[in-house]
Amino acid sequence: MHEDLIIAGFGGQGVMSMGQMLAYAGLTEGKNVLWMPAYGPETRGGFANCTVIVSDMEIGSPIVSHPRSIIVMNLPSLDRFEDSVKPGGTLVVNTTLASRKVRRKDIDVILVPATEVATELGDLRAANMVALGAFLECKPMISFKAVKKTLQKVFANKKSVIPLNEKALERGAEIAREQRKARSAV
Amino acid sequence: MSNKVLMKGNEAIGEAAITAGCRHFFGYPITPQSELPAYLSKHMPKVGGVFLQAESEVAAINMVYGAAAAGARVLTSSSSPGISLKQEGISYLASSELPAVICNVMRAGPGLGTIQPAQADYFQAVKGGGHGDYHNIVLAPESVQEIIDHVRLGFDLSDKYLNPAMILLDGALGQMMEPVDFGDYKPELQEKPWAATGCKGRKMNAITSIHIDPRDMEAHNIKLQEKYSKIRESEQKCEEWMLEDAEIMVVAYGLCARICKSAIRVCREKGIKVGLFRLISLWPFPEKKLDKAIDKVKEVFVVELSAGQMIEDVKLVDNGRKPITFHGRMGGMTPSVEDISDRIELIHDRITQKVG
Amino acid sequence: MKVVYERPESLLDVPFTYCPGCTHGIIHRMVADTLDDLGIRERTIGVSPVGCSVFAYEFFNCDMVAAAHGRAPAVATGIKRVHPDKIVFTYQGDGDLAAIGTAEIIHAAARGENITVIFANNVIYGMTGGQMAPTTLIGQKTDTTPYGRSVEANGHPIRVCELLSSLDGVAYLERVSTHDPKHVLKAQKAIKKAFQYQVDGKGFTLIELLSTCPSNWGMNPLDSLKWLEESMLPYYKPGVYKDIG
Repeated sequence: MHEDLIIAGFGGQGVMSMGQMLAYAGLTEGKNVLWMPAYGPETRGGFANCTVIVSDMEIGSPIVSHPRSIIVMNLPSLDRFEDSVKPGGTLVVNTTLASRKVRRKDIDVILVPATEVATELGDLRAANMVALGAFLECKPMISFKAVKKTLQKVFANKKSVIPLNEKALERGAEIAREQRKARSAV
Repeated sequence: MSNKVLMKGNEAIGEAAITAGCRHFFGYPITPQSELPAYLSKHMPKVGGVFLQAESEVAAINMVYGAAAAGARVLTSSSSPGISLKQEGISYLASSELPAVICNVMRAGPGLGTIQPAQADYFQAVKGGGHGDYHNIVLAPESVQEIIDHVRLGFDLSDKYLNPAMILLDGALGQMMEPVDFGDYKPELQEKPWAATGCKGRKMNAITSIHIDPRDMEAHNIKLQEKYSKIRESEQKCEEWMLEDAEIMVVAYGLCARICKSAIRVCREKGIKVGLFRLISLWPFPEKKLDKAIDKVKEVFVVELSAGQMIEDVKLVDNGRKPITFHGRMGGMTPSVEDISDRIELIHDRITQKVG
Repeated sequence: MKVVYERPESLLDVPFTYCPGCTHGIIHRMVADTLDDLGIRERTIGVSPVGCSVFAYEFFNCDMVAAAHGRAPAVATGIKRVHPDKIVFTYQGDGDLAAIGTAEIIHAAARGENITVIFANNVIYGMTGGQMAPTTLIGQKTDTTPYGRSVEANGHPIRVCELLSSLDGVAYLERVSTHDPKHVLKAQKAIKKAFQYQVDGKGFTLIELLSTCPSNWGMNPLDSLKWLEESMLPYYKPGVYKDIG
């Protein structure tokens, strides 16, 4: 198993923490993991992105130009990263903030109105968890169990937000599941 | 149950230093190593240590000089332009035979350059850097775990040989998070009877780098060179990765070595016999093992994040035996895995006569 | 026979190598007497500079660390932060302290480092052969101001005590002179007070000692003392510039 992922969005959308959570969860499952933020000019103007690698092997390059998966939380990130997904890979799009059509035909695309769903659940800050849930449903690089365990750890001092985040994860997974089902039915 | 925790490279430097018994840090803000001073300013007070933000890089390295002279394990860190400013102090440390660890989280240059990863300070680090005949011990980690191991080793070697040690990494290694295990390391703390601690019950100690009589200065130079010979003899470190049957040997270090490892995996899947000679100690240069490794391969491929600096030392060891090719990116750009694997394939095709 | 004058224990039994008539010898003696009087020699660490007093570590009988040019306050900071219970002093000249080491002295003072700075101001670079110093007087001829220091070309000489007196970290600043016995006695008192302040943990102390450089001024020792009094005192007025008491 060797999976790499780029997560991109605005600063404040929880892009970095989502990546770190995945890496933490991978660590608890005994995997080799790596998290790397883009730093410097790339992060200007409020854009944030990070790379997460989870692997059974020793992790080589931390710099991945064509990852197997990308999660984009807004339109500029979709514009920038759509072409980077490896053919056959997965692209999760937060359609609330990136409503245009995805051009690529050679990748698996999951459309999740993450911000909208999170707002409905009560806190738009949980949009990252909705997107993560959708992603993990398609690419189970880490078990939901491990991610939920990590949530407990991360929010140890803010336990009240855990149920919402868990719900967001589940809702995201549900949306992805329905979408794939509908697609395979076509 | 594993004791692994996830940690950023820059923070790992700080925690490793604390576990190595370092209680003094002097530094000046510069990107991309800012997480380290932030970490130590928070954690040094908790262990009774000192974190001091100096007025300049020059002042910081001279505070290091003072603390080292006073017998402490002391750390400073910076990034390329700041390390240039520290060179005067590093030369004095080397001459006065004072131990200290200096981290250079390299960025691209020359000049102010940019903050993205580079390996263009190789010459500065391994050839001396400041004025006079001297060497730093230079270690080049490739992972966050190795950052910890190297910071500790840096302190131990620095104390053992009374010589500054430099940890050479780059912004990417400093920023990335990986699982690390701090294990049960015990620092090799040495007695320092030479230190300036107040002369109660003994003759006064003087720590200086001036030897105004050239005969004395040459004697001091010879003494330093003898020490460097000893370090060369005992402290060469490298990793030989997938080299057993390799026909092509990639030579790289640090971040670049990791990119090469991924590229080598890609090539191995295609049946190309390629491996990596990874430098761990840049000075002393691991010439003994490299010398033997060169004998076993058909071609050497050097990859650096510079215009080609480390390749000069590889050429000295190779001494014309095997062809050497080079690929380098500069200015904060990094080669992609595909870029490297394509180049390895080209070399493979050429040496197997597939292309004219 | 009663001994009325002898070498302080804080000076090593070696002859000074300073030029005849240079006042570094007197200043060394005063510092050494202070270390003896306060009984702190064995817990004192001195920092020598680059300049004529670069060899101070060959004269003082306490632990000594030689700093790079201008960096003595930074080196002293490093030492003091490792050994807060020890007494740390720097010994610096005007080029070292007020030109190449300006940042270090200002920030050590601003931080209120609990160290003592012995600052010998002889308005010239001695060791390198008599070049203009940051303290060289207007009109003064040196190796690099052969027509005399001009305001147009070189600006104004720096008054260190006045400059540092605005900093809150400073506990005690005094400018004294070495040109006659009366002033030397006053200087001795000031040095002792500065070290006492450090012992008491009061903060940064600096004593500026106006001193002579007969060799580079091109004068005999007596004329040098006279020149100090007549030319330097009007611009560098002796006095206490700060004292937190």
